Amino acid sequence: MSFMSLAKRSALAAAVVAASVIALPAHAQQNTLKVVMHSDLKIVDPIWTTAYISRNYGYMVYDTLFAMDANNEIKPQMVDKYSVSADQLTWTFTLRDGLMWHDDKPVTAEDCVASIKRWAAKDSLGQKMNSFVKEWKAVDAKTFTATLNSPTGLVLLALGKPSSNVPFMMPKRIAETSPNEQIKEYVGSGPFVFKADEWKPGDKAVFVKFAKYKPRAEPASGLAGGKVAKVDRVEWRAIPDAQTAANALVAGEIDMVEDVKSELLPVLEKDPNVKMFNQNPLGNQYVMRFNALHKPFDNPKIRQAVFMALNQEDFLKAVHGDPKYYKLCNALFICGSPLATDKGMEGLLQSNFKKSREMLAEAKYDGTPVVLMHSTDLAVLTNLAPVAKSLLEKGGFKVDMQSMDWQSLVARRAKKDPPNAGGWNIFLTSWVAADVLNPVGTAFLNSSCDKALFGWPCDEKMEQLRDAFARETDPAKQKAIAEQVQLRYLEVPTHVHLGQWNKPVALRKNIDGLLAAPVPVFWNVEKK
Amino acid sequence: MWGYLGRRVLSTIPVVLIVAVLIFLMLRLTPGDPAAVIAGDAATSADVAEVREKLGLSGSIFKQFFIWAGHALQGDFGESFFYKKSVASLIADRLEPTLALSVLTIILATLIAVPLGTIAAYRQGSWIDRGVMGLSVAGFSVPVFVIGYVLIYIFSLKLGWFPVQGYQRLADGFWGFLQRLILPSLALAIVFIALLARMTRTSVLEVLNEDYVRTARAKGLPNMKVLVFHALRNAAVPIVTVIGISIATLLGGVVVTESVFNIPGLGRLTVDAVLARDYPTVQAVILLFSLAYVLINLVIDVIYTVLDPRIRY
Repeated sequence: MSFMSLAKRSALAAAVVAASVIALPAHAQQNTLKVVMHSDLKIVDPIWTTAYISRNYGYMVYDTLFAMDANNEIKPQMVDKYSVSADQLTWTFTLRDGLMWHDDKPVTAEDCVASIKRWAAKDSLGQKMNSFVKEWKAVDAKTFTATLNSPTGLVLLALGKPSSNVPFMMPKRIAETSPNEQIKEYVGSGPFVFKADEWKPGDKAVFVKFAKYKPRAEPASGLAGGKVAKVDRVEWRAIPDAQTAANALVAGEIDMVEDVKSELLPVLEKDPNVKMFNQNPLGNQYVMRFNALHKPFDNPKIRQAVFMALNQEDFLKAVHGDPKYYKLCNALFICGSPLATDKGMEGLLQSNFKKSREMLAEAKYDGTPVVLMHSTDLAVLTNLAPVAKSLLEKGGFKVDMQSMDWQSLVARRAKKDPPNAGGWNIFLTSWVAADVLNPVGTAFLNSSCDKALFGWPCDEKMEQLRDAFARETDPAKQKAIAEQVQLRYLEVPTHVHLGQWNKPVALRKNIDGLLAAPVPVFWNVEKK
Repeated sequence: MWGYLGRRVLSTIPVVLIVAVLIFLMLRLTPGDPAAVIAGDAATSADVAEVREKLGLSGSIFKQFFIWAGHALQGDFGESFFYKKSVASLIADRLEPTLALSVLTIILATLIAVPLGTIAAYRQGSWIDRGVMGLSVAGFSVPVFVIGYVLIYIFSLKLGWFPVQGYQRLADGFWGFLQRLILPSLALAIVFIALLARMTRTSVLEVLNEDYVRTARAKGLPNMKVLVFHALRNAAVPIVTVIGISIATLLGGVVVTESVFNIPGLGRLTVDAVLARDYPTVQAVILLFSLAYVLINLVIDVIYTVLDPRIRY
């Protein structure tokens, strides 16, 4: 055999091998959705942690009793029907037929009761709702009841809570795990099954379609409606480098990037094979959090002066640049949502530095430096603190900006020490809008002193208003209370809302059916 | 020789012990609290304290150290705070990509750099020499992530020859494995090619002026034989040192390349663990790196004796 013929044969063989390598997975690839989420999946217990990636994982694997639809209304999901007694003290829930766990056992009312108890022990809205509940009880295999001490408008609001912690349903044996310990079995009843054996932290998390899932008959809407899995397999690929994720999308190696860096959006928008989708219309809200324990922000008057010094646009522009990715919004409870109001915001957040200085003088601000924690490693937060420093200094504050990575900030914000001894005065962060839609769900409004979140605001009147909101069942009256809460928040500020931002997700043009919702979910998604 | 090897292996024990104590203390002194990270945004101070208790971080630092060291001595490096998987299994998952990337990089670097450096020395002052040295300077100067992105742009996005990112295990097919490693190895190898080529050139140049090389030439041996068997072999000791140190560096220091090409290796595991303050994982990975350094140095010492029989321990 001549050298040439040998070479030709080798080349042919190599081509056949290469072609088979490429051809073999083609069908599988058609039914596999490869997505780069905003973060690697680390914790697979969405009740134990509030991390958004674990919440997103929860929506893949677990189902919910109720869910928020595209119009921000709470609709039954696992629940077939429910009723409330005339005195509004007994709620009765009946589960849909045919609900199954991934281990082929039927979903029972007992499972749901145990799941609600575990979630309510952990979640702040759940705790509030449960403070009205005398007893959760499984009546039969498909029916359970909640007996209340006094009427509350929180039952559906809490059970249909869209964001962390979401009341996901788990089998009783798993739900009986202490809420402060991570679960060790990953059995849900949602439209996808988690492949624990294929989970490689830092690489990929794999979900496959649950063939026995019984979707609702209604079309999918937001997080509610029929959860029809249209792909066989979803892979969450961990690609920490934003540029690499964008390149992989352009090359067709992945199908979607959830969190695209603002500077890469214009590049991807021009690519003929990539499209943008506004997946979370409500978006996110930037906030500045005060530490109410220490000078100068132990004085509400000085906190009010911050509302004079700051403006929303400088923050939003510094991070997102293009106005189409952000929105100025005076409403504490998110523009476009039912409780949104401008009440009390006249003249605020417009960087009136003269007025800010006057207010500081009236409040006898003594020039105590404000320790501003600057997070340096999260792209959506990094540019906020320098803007805050600049605006606050123009408004008459002295600012000591200290830079650190986010995890250091998270550890430090839990410390009650004085700012000059390892504590802090202010920092900036962002909430998903779904987490701040009402006075009870908005964790930063909790003003119960030591029991409140870091910052530890103490305001009895605010707590009375939040309690009144929780007790109210009439939506119109709830809105009126929410307005009072906003006014009280401006008198005794717990934080400052700094506008809404909203980046689209980027996906290949052959991907269809992604739902607009506060959380990215993958039922209804097709790969054409 | 065997006595020396035994002593060297024994000497790894205090080194690893010192590293263990240092890394344990440094992690505890670093700002940050894994309990606060795990507890999440909505956690109260009481929640954080409870998580800290569950993680075994509430006792004294000495107690924590002795518990950890006791388990580590039995080969149990504990469970990751975050992934709730054993640290050993996390490391095992990440070892193959890092080893594969490191080995291919060193093979590429050695195969390209040693001949280039030798030719540059042999043709000292020629355009080849100047070209090799110029490219070496460029190789040193351009950051690896820039090289990585340029390679991706040309060979993946424009020509479509290689995937943009990812890693395929060897067990899942050799071609896919190799296809995904070529660009990252090349990006990483460029710096080492620059380093090795310069080192080889300098070492060979020194040897080329030795008497025994002149004697070999005077005997009428062909140039290639003189260069390879007389000059290069005698110049090999510093080259082997650089190759050995490069392997050790690659094992723990390829995080940028791993990120740019999305390779789930040990470098990324280390960075993720440090950022999340995942103490058990960081401690185990750093111990592994220090052990690898010690062993690689030992292997280098042994290779010296093979290359130069005059070296005795």
